[in-house]
Amino acid sequence: MEKTEILRLSAVGLGAAVRAGKTTAVEAMEAVLGQIEEHDGEYRCYVTVDREGALRKAALVQKRIEAGELTGPLAGVPVALKDNLCTAGMRTTCSSRMLENYVPAFSAEAVRNLEKAGAVTIGKTNMDEFAMGSTTETSYFGATKNPRNPGHVPGGSSGGSAAAVAARECFFALGSDTGGSIRQPASYCGVVGMKPTYGTVSRYGLVAYGSSLDQIGPLTGNVEDCAVVLEQIASYDRKDSTSLRREDTDFSRALVEDVKGMRIGIPQDYFREGLDPQVRAAVLKAADVLREKGAVTEEFDLSLVEYAIPAYYTIASAEASSNLERFDGIKYGFRAGGEEGLHQMYKKTRSLGFGPEVKRRIMLGSFVLSSGYYDAYYLKALRVKAMIKEAFDRAFAKYDCILGPVAPTTAPKLDASLSDPMKMYLGDIYTISVNLAGLPAISLPCGTDGRGLPIGLQLIGDSYQEKKLLRIAYTYERTGQANMKTLGL
Amino acid sequence: MAENITNETIDYVSILAKLELTGEEREGARRDMCRMLEYIDKLNELDTQGVEPMSHVFPLQNVFREDEITGGDGSGDTLKNAPGERDNMFVVPRTFE
Repeated sequence: MEKTEILRLSAVGLGAAVRAGKTTAVEAMEAVLGQIEEHDGEYRCYVTVDREGALRKAALVQKRIEAGELTGPLAGVPVALKDNLCTAGMRTTCSSRMLENYVPAFSAEAVRNLEKAGAVTIGKTNMDEFAMGSTTETSYFGATKNPRNPGHVPGGSSGGSAAAVAARECFFALGSDTGGSIRQPASYCGVVGMKPTYGTVSRYGLVAYGSSLDQIGPLTGNVEDCAVVLEQIASYDRKDSTSLRREDTDFSRALVEDVKGMRIGIPQDYFREGLDPQVRAAVLKAADVLREKGAVTEEFDLSLVEYAIPAYYTIASAEASSNLERFDGIKYGFRAGGEEGLHQMYKKTRSLGFGPEVKRRIMLGSFVLSSGYYDAYYLKALRVKAMIKEAFDRAFAKYDCILGPVAPTTAPKLDASLSDPMKMYLGDIYTISVNLAGLPAISLPCGTDGRGLPIGLQLIGDSYQEKKLLRIAYTYERTGQANMKTLGL
Repeated sequence: MAENITNETIDYVSILAKLELTGEEREGARRDMCRMLEYIDKLNELDTQGVEPMSHVFPLQNVFREDEITGGDGSGDTLKNAPGERDNMFVVPRTFE
């Protein structure tokens, strides 16, 4: 097959073409590596590309496919991994100076699941440092650019993964979502991204940010790929004590074009001030499309929406300050020079190794956990979290899914966000409460604004209800209302 | 509450956080923390009396498992990442005189 023909295939489409002998895993890898060569100098989706290793592994996988050992839908399909997912033998930096030269001795469980399925790792994608940020601009290695318009950010923190999917520099990618870090970049880059129910994908080998909120998920070119990838990475894992035993992870069975009678709630609180009118119009149009397909839509008040961000930044920063204590310059990662003694070395290492946003959150987290403030800030936030979860429980007693925007605007311009962190945090308003409540949610394209920048539609489900979301998303996508063009092909 | 963030508070928190802030960074950190806490104070609008703090969304208790060795001795690979290594051990700065 021609290179451009290969690159136009979805992940599932490529898997089928490889199994049918129309192309090979090596040809597919050569095609994405060519694409990276051509475009990544500009977009900078990747922190690390392992060219030789990727081609070597692709050749091995191809042999196993031909021998009938690998028969799954993703066998031979090249994948990009967010650089906070540990990969044995391949450096894992979290886009931080702290881990610039860290080479894990083990792989994340989700990565191992993909390898077992025959997917082939291309390399590691850029992200906000330690996943803290919404633009991928806090990366120590510099910003990634949005392939839909390189003057704009790709979103974050999984910005490199979303941009790589949009630019066809991979066939699919993994990201992680602590407060919207899969869904928001998916929205900005015009791809599909899903955060599963907390505990569905093992967090073993994911460098922790906010452990009670973090979840790994797929970034893909369409809803079918999303379901198939999630099916492959979901597993019970005793190495993650919060891992769920689920029997219902056959997500690809949810790819049914039918939403008749499904009840969709539209929270009015997601459509108030601060929402860009073009985003609003595109999202409500998507609700109309689903209604025409037989869904029942209804407006309602979710409540507590404005309390999600303060609760989130308290909890996430607290967990981050604790999780990032491990970076002390002793066992791995960066160590600041000098011979001043242990404590001085700790402080110097951390001060030079972490960037400003990471330090900001470690400071805030250390404060809210400190004696005298713990009850007033940290426990208060955990009580509000319980109330937010209850608000969702009330909504899901009535609805199969909640429909709204992913973010208040389309992708901001480069260099426009970091000067005002509070403003950047407010951009997470529609995604964050989902993490607090541990719920699944999907982001998929539903149009573009006047400048051609993608707009994302968010569907939120009750715990364990990924299949409902996939079914609704699939039905919407099949109407062809807002399918994004494949770039540069 | 947010207005209580003094330079002394910042110094104390940076000890907890094991961060060394330069003069400019220290003032920036104070300003940022004031703004964040002012915003977080919004939570005080909510009456949370009688609401149990929710640390985990699912009713998980401590999860125990047998302490079995499954990975084997990975000390070689582990030490490859050490900033300082000697005789199969981590090298650390002097901790006492």
